Amino acid sequence: MPSAIQSALQPAGIEALRIVHLWWIFFWVCTVVWVLVAGATLMAVASGRRGTSAGVNERRVTGTVAAATAVSTVALLILLTTSVVTDRVNASLDTTNALQLQITGWQWWWDVQYTNPQASLNVVTANEIHIPVGRPIRVTLLSGDVIHSLWIPPLNGKTDLIPGRANEIWFIADRPGVYRGQCAEFCGTQHAKMALTVLAEPEDQFQRWLTAQRSPAASPTTPSEQRGREIVERGPCAMCHAIQGSTAGARTAPDLTHIATRSTIGAGSVPNTRGYLAGWIADPQHVKPGNKMPAPGLSSEQLLAVLDYLESLK
Amino acid sequence: MTRALVASAGLLVAVVLAQAGCERETRHQELPAAANRDVGVRLTSLEPGSPQGNPLVTSPYQNNAWGLSEGKRLYGAFNCTGCHGLAGGGAIGPALMDDKWIYGSQPDQIFSSISQGRPDGMPSFGGHIPTQQIWQLVAYVESMSGQVPQDAAPSRSDAQSVAKPESRIEREPARQTGHR
Repeated sequence: MPSAIQSALQPAGIEALRIVHLWWIFFWVCTVVWVLVAGATLMAVASGRRGTSAGVNERRVTGTVAAATAVSTVALLILLTTSVVTDRVNASLDTTNALQLQITGWQWWWDVQYTNPQASLNVVTANEIHIPVGRPIRVTLLSGDVIHSLWIPPLNGKTDLIPGRANEIWFIADRPGVYRGQCAEFCGTQHAKMALTVLAEPEDQFQRWLTAQRSPAASPTTPSEQRGREIVERGPCAMCHAIQGSTAGARTAPDLTHIATRSTIGAGSVPNTRGYLAGWIADPQHVKPGNKMPAPGLSSEQLLAVLDYLESLK
Repeated sequence: MTRALVASAGLLVAVVLAQAGCERETRHQELPAAANRDVGVRLTSLEPGSPQGNPLVTSPYQNNAWGLSEGKRLYGAFNCTGCHGLAGGGAIGPALMDDKWIYGSQPDQIFSSISQGRPDGMPSFGGHIPTQQIWQLVAYVESMSGQVPQDAAPSRSDAQSVAKPESRIEREPARQTGHR
């Protein structure tokens, strides 16, 4: 079976594995209960048709009810115990030496910070996270506007992002791969297009990526890129976006410092290619109606220069 | 026959009224082309020779609940609050909830004030904020002194606020005071 990037039934981490075990226990217990109830109902219907209900044996009825109650109680206890045990075991994952992340939900994108005690080593990015395989990840979840919920099915269950409150979630990826997280709490028009791409990679590869992300944005090398940077800094882009190492420093929209290294734009709406990026900048409301980005009203010459510049931000 | 005629006329009126309601809720993804002009704005009625008057410009969002609420969001997002106060009560910048308009209360005059900036501190936002968003801000600025229909003005804030909702603000008679 090909590996699905957003399937809770193909876990890539120990916590998701436990949840999947729990899911199968629920599945089989509920299946047995359903078959028994449906069978008993059919038998009752059949015996009612034969008209044999007049001569029921009182003791037999009492025995049947007692048996059904016992089976129900045992089934409920199994489900309750396994739920609680799974939850407690998942909550006690050893997170010493964990990688610390802070994810803030916004309508409709994820702001990501790799926090470091030394502030100059912080990394700010959006909608795409890289994580090292085999190391616990501890995520602080915040919200900038309404309630969101982060769910990366192959790694762990859901946790809500609530305004004015810091929630925590932790998980660990056991094998490298690309996984897809999704907002799991209806949060407005573009709730469906609020995805978080997760790239789990070996520790050394992750460290190389993290070091590259710490550097400020690449300097323009061609006249067109230079022109693009001027438009971004002086025009409407800088009112909401930040590019480290330029004068654009606003924090209400995704950080664009290394936009060219990300695989999607608009929080998983479309692939990050030159064509899609051009379409997005020219008319963001067509690609993702209702999102907070207005059409900046660039001329075609300006648009091409901005594209050249953004594509150079590796 | 007459009753059928009256019924269809009634239906027609109901449809027209419903359409008006839709306009209140329409989310214009693009600005009406007519609203894009930014020319011929006079900040004062004082002019030599016979008065030419202003071309009548209507605010494209003053009847539109979505445009007004977007304006309210942007008013916070672009830090207008820093100088003009949370509900337009004024601080380092002039109040926007009263009847005094230094540079005029007409939509195109407000647009120009935001777009061009004004002496003594008002930055010029033209070229930084897209035209569509400036018009949304214009509509919201009008709503703070009750210049827009009450059924379109915002009736609640996203965050807690001690101020009266814009939909309950009495219309202030606009009065141009000129620069201090």
